[in-house]
Amino acid sequence: MARKVKKSSYNTIQSGTHIRGKWHDHRYIVKKRLGEGAIGSVYLCSMNGRNVALKISEKNTSITIEVNVLKALQKVQGNKLGPSLYDVDDWVAQDGKTYSYYVMEYIQGMGMHSFIRRYGNQWVGPFLLQLLNDLEALHQAGWVFGDLKLDNVLIDIKPPRVRLVDVGGTTQVGRSIKEYTEFYDRGYWELGSRKAEPSYDLFAVVMIFIHVFYPNRFEKRGDSFALLNRKIAAIPSLKPYRACFYKALKGVYQKSADMREDIIYIMANHPSSSRSIQQKLPFWRRTTPLECISIGMITLSAYGVAWLFT
Amino acid sequence: MEKGTIRQILLITDGNSNRGQDPVTVAALAREQGITINVIGIMENNDSEASSGLIEVEDIAQSGGGVSQLVYPASLSQTVQMVTKQGMTQTIQGFVNKELEAILGKNESIESVDPKKRGEIMEVVEDMGETCKLEVLVLIDTSASMYHKLSTVKEALIDLSISLQARIGDNVFSMYQFPGKRSDIEPIMKWSPNLDEMYQTFPKLASGGITPTGPALQEAMYQFGKNHVVRSLRRSGTQSEEEFL
Repeated sequence: MARKVKKSSYNTIQSGTHIRGKWHDHRYIVKKRLGEGAIGSVYLCSMNGRNVALKISEKNTSITIEVNVLKALQKVQGNKLGPSLYDVDDWVAQDGKTYSYYVMEYIQGMGMHSFIRRYGNQWVGPFLLQLLNDLEALHQAGWVFGDLKLDNVLIDIKPPRVRLVDVGGTTQVGRSIKEYTEFYDRGYWELGSRKAEPSYDLFAVVMIFIHVFYPNRFEKRGDSFALLNRKIAAIPSLKPYRACFYKALKGVYQKSADMREDIIYIMANHPSSSRSIQQKLPFWRRTTPLECISIGMITLSAYGVAWLFT
Repeated sequence: MEKGTIRQILLITDGNSNRGQDPVTVAALAREQGITINVIGIMENNDSEASSGLIEVEDIAQSGGGVSQLVYPASLSQTVQMVTKQGMTQTIQGFVNKELEAILGKNESIESVDPKKRGEIMEVVEDMGETCKLEVLVLIDTSASMYHKLSTVKEALIDLSISLQARIGDNVFSMYQFPGKRSDIEPIMKWSPNLDEMYQTFPKLASGGITPTGPALQEAMYQFGKNHVVRSLRRSGTQSEEEFL
């Protein structure tokens, strides 16, 4: 019984390789490998000169499950939840093995961590709002994102907009979370179940922003709730949101929109959390008046809500 | 297999079986009885994947119709729940493939239908995986070399119960260790819906130099017949509603 010690070849597709679909006969030319997930690898490819992202794996069932989720998300009108899906097919490689893949929109984004480090902590508030907005739409459509983490949040740069990628963990509300990452999982912290419900994602939202300021993460030790609160309180940019984050960690919010409302209220009452946006003008602000308007609207609505509360 | 129930043995070992029947043969036997065998091989931190003692890990799982994974102790938790779930999907898929063969002819399987149909089939498979009843017998190798890994194993199993308790379908667990003092296996926990019950009886000490993996698997197989009194008492998670703002 000889044991094969080899890396699966879908992980090492050379650039220049032509991938031709067995069913639909579309052709893709591999440009470079973008990354590796739990179930497969993602490549940047070109199709008729257009850039697309292609996710390929030997586990055809896992690919199929992800495709089902992407299809379901395309049906949600209004918000762009996850990348657009273009094609699903099989590829018979030169080694004779059949791999399954799907082709999606290539989102050329920047990691949120690098973005915030480069353009400033005042982006915490807007990104929180954008993220909660997308999650609200996702939850209303009957899905929970599941494996919500820093790696799965990209910032589309012009204008800066949060995009969720990798739907491998996306699960129908009421089922058990399909895939998760320990640091973001409330089950790991002993602060809740792994049932797919909106509050599961909201817990992870808090962990995303903790991770931004603790890039090396940290481990579970003693009382998780106390530990996480200490970590939040120690970061000046997160401190204003502390009360809201407590509630999210405790699973108090049943809806993303409720958490969003609290964030808007906080932003209005802690000018330090939003005001400095106006002071620092990065490149896109000079080029896209639209973005100025949208930030203006956030600020306006923030003050509007604040006014309602007073 | 009785419809709607998945039976699994989850074998956690560091390999090197050295007593009694060949575990690969026993695994094939279990599979015939409708019991899938998933195997997790725990490596030493300086082991390579090719380490000879662990070769049997993949062979046992393959023969038992299940999934195997080699892992370092640090990532055991995620692996245990992943292997259990993948094993379930694989089992259900096996049935679906049999049905497909009956409809489409021999050697037809999910792979041979077009991606669109495949999507519909997988929806059914996922659905069954979420709602079916699951019986897992956890079989832990407690031979001497496992001594310093047992606390990690315990943590991983608690984590597994968090994952499975989130399912819609019912779960029952039991847990055995091998070698036993007088017999091949010894119970840690009899069939129960709550894996947490093992807290009181989880072994802290490893028990000896021999590793009778084959005989232990065989004994474990018979335990499935003894599980009819258990009715699931699934607890619904309650969340505290404390206000903070």
